[in-house]
Amino acid sequence: MSSFWLHPALVMLGGAALLPLVPERVRRGWLLLVPALAFARTLGLEPGTWGEVRFLDWTLVFGRVDRLSLVFGYIMALMAVLATLYGLHVRRVGEHVAAWVYAGGSLGAIYAGDWVTLFMFWELMALASVFLIWYRGRPESLGAGYRYLLVHVAGGVALLAGIVLHYQATRSLAFEALDVAQPTLATYLVMTGFILNAAVPPLHAWLPDAYGEATFNGSVFLSALTTKTAVYALARGLPGLDLLVPLGVIMAVYGVVYAVLENDSRRLLAYHIISQVGYMVAGVGLADLDTPVGQLALNGACAHAFAHILYKGLLFMGTGAVLHMTGESRFTRLGGLYPKMPWTFLFTLIGGLSISAFPLFSGFVSKSMIVAASFEDHRLWAGFGLMLASAGTFLHTGLKVPYFIWFGDNPCTPEVWARARDPGWNMTLAMAITAGLCVFIGCYTPYLYAMLPFQPVTYQPYTSYHVAETLQVLLFTALGFFLFLKKLTPEPTISLDTDWFYRRGGRAFLRLAEGPVRALDAWWGERYRRTGLAGVVRAAREAGWFDQRVIDGAVDGLAAAVRAGGERLRALQRAHLQESLLLALAVMALGLVGWMLYQVWRP
Amino acid sequence: MILVRLIEWLRARPRGVRGVSYAVLALLVVADALPWVVDKTHAHTEAEHLPGFWSVFGFAACTLIILVSKAWGHAGIMQGEDYYDE
Repeated sequence: MSSFWLHPALVMLGGAALLPLVPERVRRGWLLLVPALAFARTLGLEPGTWGEVRFLDWTLVFGRVDRLSLVFGYIMALMAVLATLYGLHVRRVGEHVAAWVYAGGSLGAIYAGDWVTLFMFWELMALASVFLIWYRGRPESLGAGYRYLLVHVAGGVALLAGIVLHYQATRSLAFEALDVAQPTLATYLVMTGFILNAAVPPLHAWLPDAYGEATFNGSVFLSALTTKTAVYALARGLPGLDLLVPLGVIMAVYGVVYAVLENDSRRLLAYHIISQVGYMVAGVGLADLDTPVGQLALNGACAHAFAHILYKGLLFMGTGAVLHMTGESRFTRLGGLYPKMPWTFLFTLIGGLSISAFPLFSGFVSKSMIVAASFEDHRLWAGFGLMLASAGTFLHTGLKVPYFIWFGDNPCTPEVWARARDPGWNMTLAMAITAGLCVFIGCYTPYLYAMLPFQPVTYQPYTSYHVAETLQVLLFTALGFFLFLKKLTPEPTISLDTDWFYRRGGRAFLRLAEGPVRALDAWWGERYRRTGLAGVVRAAREAGWFDQRVIDGAVDGLAAAVRAGGERLRALQRAHLQESLLLALAVMALGLVGWMLYQVWRP
Repeated sequence: MILVRLIEWLRARPRGVRGVSYAVLALLVVADALPWVVDKTHAHTEAEHLPGFWSVFGFAACTLIILVSKAWGHAGIMQGEDYYDE
């Protein structure tokens, strides 16, 4: 290769690698500069195949630039700018490094032209993002992070197995659409890896578990990157896979049902990611790219991913600001905050109206493309199912979240009430820009539509019928909300989901194993009692004195010492494990950067 | 701040707000029944031609979601916050 092609992921990874070396007084400038450069780089990309690298017998393609990767790369890089601005005041350098490596992983996966590169960046995302959960620092976040990692490693294995089988069958590593008309085991394994990251039930429980437990700014990155990168991968690899339509509709409704039950505002939003990604998954399923309806569906999936990243980021920023300022995210501990955090309320409301697809807000112009495609494809159940989920979306994100945080009863403790106020300038500015974009996309459709993969976009969202339909569904949902307000009052509970199987499964196994072990113990004790001789008993009684006074003392002391040592070791081990992981990650990122540089500059 | 003042002004007039809201809902259904306001030639199903179809759909969807979810939640899915604690 003669000329050097600068990968946007390289900007993020290089920026992350250098961040710890940047002096503190210019760190904020660096934090603003690097994502802005990466975003500028995505704007300057020319369509084509770039960054081809020979590796063993394969040709890896780091830069496959076409309309599909361009629109996803654009929005990921833009969100990296906004989310970094939002967390600008966070002092922990490691957290910024993790977020940037994560964003770099996402960009790398999006421009990847072959399965190996995709897989490499796919895993980098999982490894980097877990730190955004761990940095919250609560004991619960530690557990949630391990579960997150575990689930994603399992998904990664499925994906890798699928890739290997696919390579064996076709001898090609090019990351192109698989043959969905004749799905093989490889297709389903790849699909499993993708839909796990897209959080399709029953492989979804990692999402609310992790996103509710991450740091206030980490959740903004998380909400944007993992699931939407998976949507991109689905759109690239499995467009038109019929199974995705029912899965997407189920997802859309499933997320809504759990959102009713949820008491934690950020977990509620996490369930609504599942619901919204359901529209995109259904859109990809409908995307038979040879038909106009299929093209509309794929355009819709891309448009909705784009709009979703912004409004969901905005919603996580709003609730994250509440958490950051008050230390609380549960509805049963919040309420009546509108005089204290009015700006945060306004921006969160804009996010809520956008996700609910209110006319003039971003969701209206994107979601409706997918719904229209399902009706035009004569899948009425899909269309009506998605409309049902729309009502649920407004019910929760548009009404429940703002109402129970900023209005309703005021159960705030004096401490929460005293701490509540609008956040610092950088958080407010990030929310304001994102909110502005949500309204802009909703009002000026050419901005988004001109970026979509299939041109020209003839779809017109602002017809009298569509506006009337949407307003009726949404406003009569609002009527229902206020009529059923009593029933919707949040309860201080958590909801069991499919993570129950791996969170309680281990304990169930223990309990199962406990029975036989105890039976053996009892049997052994009984034998010992029956065959015990009288002499032995006397000797034992005499020995008992020695045992009680001397041995017990020594053993108890030793046990206490071992236990204390063990506790210390356990804390140490966990902390060490995390540190070594972070170090390994940094070395990996650096190695990757160095290797890429070497490969492209090599004569 | 003007937003807070606006909210307080509205909160001081619950009857008025409620009245306007009901009027808007009624107006929506009326508008939906007038072919020269809402053009239904591109509706996908017969049912959608009924005036106020999506109003009924929206309200029914909302009710269904609340009732089904709560029933599901109270069937053992909702547990105390310390459920997973050791």
